[in-house]
Amino acid sequence: MLFKNDVRLKHQMLQFLHTTGEYFLFLKGVFSKPQKFAWFRKQLFYEMNSLGINSLPIITIISLFMGAVITIQTAYNIDSPFIPLYAVGLATRDSIILEFSPTIISLILAGKVGSSISSEIGTMRVTEQIDALEIMGINSASYLALPKIIAAIIINPFLIIISMFQGILGGWFFGSLAGVVTSTGFVYGVQYAFQPFYVTYALVKTVFFAFLITSISSFFGYYTSGGALEVGASSTKAVVYSSIFLLVMNYLLTQLLLS
Amino acid sequence: MIEVRNISKSFEDKLVLDDLSIIFEEGKTNLVIGGSGSGKTVLIKCLVALYKVDSGSIIYHGRDFTLLNEDEKRDVRKEIGMVFQGGALFDSQSVEENVAFPLQMFSPMSPEERKERVNFCLNRVNLPNAHNLYPSQLSGGMKKRVAIARAIALNPKYLFCDEPNSGLDPKTSIVIDNLIKEITEEYSITTVINTHDMNSVLEIGDKIIYLFKGKKWWEGDKHEILETDNEEINNFVYASELFKRIRKASI
Repeated sequence: MLFKNDVRLKHQMLQFLHTTGEYFLFLKGVFSKPQKFAWFRKQLFYEMNSLGINSLPIITIISLFMGAVITIQTAYNIDSPFIPLYAVGLATRDSIILEFSPTIISLILAGKVGSSISSEIGTMRVTEQIDALEIMGINSASYLALPKIIAAIIINPFLIIISMFQGILGGWFFGSLAGVVTSTGFVYGVQYAFQPFYVTYALVKTVFFAFLITSISSFFGYYTSGGALEVGASSTKAVVYSSIFLLVMNYLLTQLLLS
Repeated sequence: MIEVRNISKSFEDKLVLDDLSIIFEEGKTNLVIGGSGSGKTVLIKCLVALYKVDSGSIIYHGRDFTLLNEDEKRDVRKEIGMVFQGGALFDSQSVEENVAFPLQMFSPMSPEERKERVNFCLNRVNLPNAHNLYPSQLSGGMKKRVAIARAIALNPKYLFCDEPNSGLDPKTSIVIDNLIKEITEEYSITTVINTHDMNSVLEIGDKIIYLFKGKKWWEGDKHEILETDNEEINNFVYASELFKRIRKASI
């Protein structure tokens, strides 16, 4: 039994190393000069719209309501008379800027954008469209993944900044509506002891997360083989691995930038 | 001309192509036939380097494809057109965009010249009014014809077709076969077609290679295939009741 488990563990370790190596080779193919710059620019704008602008409605809904919940929960937990009420605004602001907008929104994008990228490229693989690109003499990895990666790196920081504003706005509006904070107290708290570096920290994280989500999802889509079932499996893997590596990267960057 | 010299290809322990040597001639339709699992698709994918061969060489007019690096392979591939079994048209692009795609990527043509070339290719495959349709709006036969139009857009020297008739009715199959044959002769292309459609074999088979268990079992033309004594070939050619009756009647 012990021997069997050892063999399985060894196999899994080898599989992990193999996949990691394959991922870096894939990246090597992706980061090469685009075949035609005009075409790349066209694709880049298309992807910025598809991956970024089209994600705005879901980001708006989540940010507004999460801001509201953070405000209400913070207010509920502050029952000491020594803590001023404007601390609710301050705590909401910092929670949203430091963690909620860059990390949670990126996790949601890993689900939405990651599965979309993986299934799109995976379907192209199983219907031989990627083979067709290769036979035309096109570097398919670069053609398919590079515009998506660069588009996400450019557009995601804007989405996260919008999410920050919406989260704080949601907290102010719903907090005031629920009567847990006063409007002026909340606004005062939001402005109190503001650290601009927190925004820089959040945006640095966002850029890394955008890269991880798009590159991992493209990778799993690109190496899909089989049919519809495998496209679904790749899509699931893309979301799971993007989320895991995003959380690991979150820990590493927090350690590096804030400690 | 494409010369295949002693190529072998295996997947894990399974040998799919076994020391195969073939010459595909220029200006002729070279048909590779054989039952399912005989190695036809693997052969065509090795020819275009989608699969790497374990040993042997594939020579395109003196250039050994197996020795080229990725960039050099891409240069050779610009001379290749391929028609896939399912068409492999880009779903997100219209028919016009699909055909224009290789031109946009690799030719210095102006938009007007490109449009003219797309019109020419679509007219050539008898689809003069399909420009704005998307692949999901096309029938199987139309998809194949658009795929052919895309494959010939850059005037390829080599054309590969992987089962171009699969899923098509006999009448449409003949249209596709004749189209490939005409294009091959018109532009003096080296055409390699994978098929197990006996109608195609008898219609356009200038040179026929029969694969069996990854080996070249037989080679000849469309006339010789009907007269051979090779039992394996006869089992393949006369597999259907219709052909058996035709053979009996002719004897």
